[in-house]
Amino acid sequence: MSDTEQQAEQQNLASQQTENSVNDDEGIALAQLNGVGLRLDNGSVLEDVALSYRTFGTLNDDKSNVVLVCHALTMDQHLAGTSPVSGKAGWWSHLVGPGLPIDTDRFFVICQNVIGGCAGSTGPTSQKPDGSGVYGIEFPVITIADMVRAQNLLLDHLGIPDLFCVIGGSMGGMQTLEWAAAHGDRVFSAVPIATAARHSSQNIAFHEVGRQAVLADPEFHAGAYHEHNARPRKGLAVARMAAHITYLSETALHRKFGRNLQDREAVTYGFDADFQIESYLRHQGMTFVERFDANSYLYITRAMDYFDIAADHGGSLATAFQGTKTRFCVMSFTSDWLFPTSESIDLVRALNAAGANVSFVEIETDKGHDAFLLDEPEMTSTLAGFLRAAARDRGLA
Amino acid sequence: MIDPKASASGNLADKRIDLMLIADMVDSGTRVLDIGCGEGELLELLVERRQADGRGLELSQRGVNACVARGLSVVQGNADTDLSYYPDNGFDTVILSQTLQATQRPRDVLSEMARIGQRLIVSIPNFGHWRVRTNLLLQGRMPETNALSTSWYETANIHLCTLLDFTELCDTLDLKVERCITLNNGRARKIAGAPGVWQNLTAEQAVFVLNRG
Repeated sequence: MSDTEQQAEQQNLASQQTENSVNDDEGIALAQLNGVGLRLDNGSVLEDVALSYRTFGTLNDDKSNVVLVCHALTMDQHLAGTSPVSGKAGWWSHLVGPGLPIDTDRFFVICQNVIGGCAGSTGPTSQKPDGSGVYGIEFPVITIADMVRAQNLLLDHLGIPDLFCVIGGSMGGMQTLEWAAAHGDRVFSAVPIATAARHSSQNIAFHEVGRQAVLADPEFHAGAYHEHNARPRKGLAVARMAAHITYLSETALHRKFGRNLQDREAVTYGFDADFQIESYLRHQGMTFVERFDANSYLYITRAMDYFDIAADHGGSLATAFQGTKTRFCVMSFTSDWLFPTSESIDLVRALNAAGANVSFVEIETDKGHDAFLLDEPEMTSTLAGFLRAAARDRGLA
Repeated sequence: MIDPKASASGNLADKRIDLMLIADMVDSGTRVLDIGCGEGELLELLVERRQADGRGLELSQRGVNACVARGLSVVQGNADTDLSYYPDNGFDTVILSQTLQATQRPRDVLSEMARIGQRLIVSIPNFGHWRVRTNLLLQGRMPETNALSTSWYETANIHLCTLLDFTELCDTLDLKVERCITLNNGRARKIAGAPGVWQNLTAEQAVFVLNRG
């Protein structure tokens, strides 16, 4: 668990002490869609798709109160309640629950593990339909659009016609934008947070470093590590360490660690973890590999790299949203250098050019990209205000 | 730090009247863009009382966040640079309340507004008001009045003009003055068409309704 997640968890524990928490194991479910083929961007068809998801709250009679929350790269469907895997509180417990901004007394909240993931939905760790073992690196390369197509399948399966709101941060924000661009008729409102309409060159570069670290690990065995009873722990840990730096900010790192030494009085003139920041990153890497599959990491980072909504619409982002009826609330954070505010401004200008109903808020914080997972009061009040107004206009009680 | 919105506009009571007057000029259920919408006071009036499809553009982050938390559709942006991203004829009415004099290029802002909206509502403080004139003439000091309440070194107003200056610019841009309402000590007077020499002397501020003729 990252330090950020630890902070989030502390907040969650605090919120659990109030009345605002959902039941530990509420709404955990699996949709096994046998006989249903999911056509992917790479041309192949994923058969017998399994979609692992979790719901909170109650679906109203006219099915108009559905909020879909899309998770980020290394998250899962356990956004509230308790994760049965980690035993810890969900990653957005401070936002999802009775009386909270994503109010489970009013909304029926769905969060689905993305395809390609490793928390129950079909991915590299799943068995192949022909019974010849797990997919591993034979899993087809997927895109953000494919993830969203799978979420559409889940809605069809649940008999839900459309969504009151789609919300997501980071990669979840990419899915949110893809929902609005490609399935806008099913989306009343959308909240993309700390995200972009395309993955930047710098972000692709960081992902490539992470993937190469995994690929260079001798325990990777060309992606078939499960057949060798092995796991590329070191490579994946290095990938996580590099990525984790991008989730924070220089200010926050300096405030927290400075040049402080780890359990010692002086530097050791060696390559041990002399500095606290080194020790912290190593810990981040080691704990991550226990909860995440290396192949999933390759597939999902690749999906983010391929994401470019404008490219799918003749190079114009405004064209992608032309005539949209969806109302948007875009949020960014001042110290986020992974998905900087400039990317959100590009998006907002395109939405304005498309005549869309859009709000945009930049939130002042030094917590970097990870801020979207933390209790940021301005983010909370913005989300609450936007959802309240959207619910009023949608006629939700 | 100085809040540019607060220093660009006059005192609260006059501002309120200004907002009520503008709200009355907007037809129910129309599409409205409020440029420099502050914390959304006017936009909220328009959405709730006139059932407008209201959008806002605001420079200060604090203002934007307050608006969105109130359930209004507002983006952070700059009137000088961001209007070009809005589509032609995207709005029935475009409003610029007590903001024109704080922009870098008022002429460009007005012509962008005319491209975006069918109808423009612009309110400005009048630098031709007799009190402004006498401040300069008799005391030799920069004017401070109800409508211009901030000292010269703190004001965000960088492009002040008189009512006649403004209507001349409107002529240049082929904008027709449909209506003008002058404000003085909280009292409003309606004028058909453009203001004259008398209004230019007696009005502290004015609200103009403009169209593309």
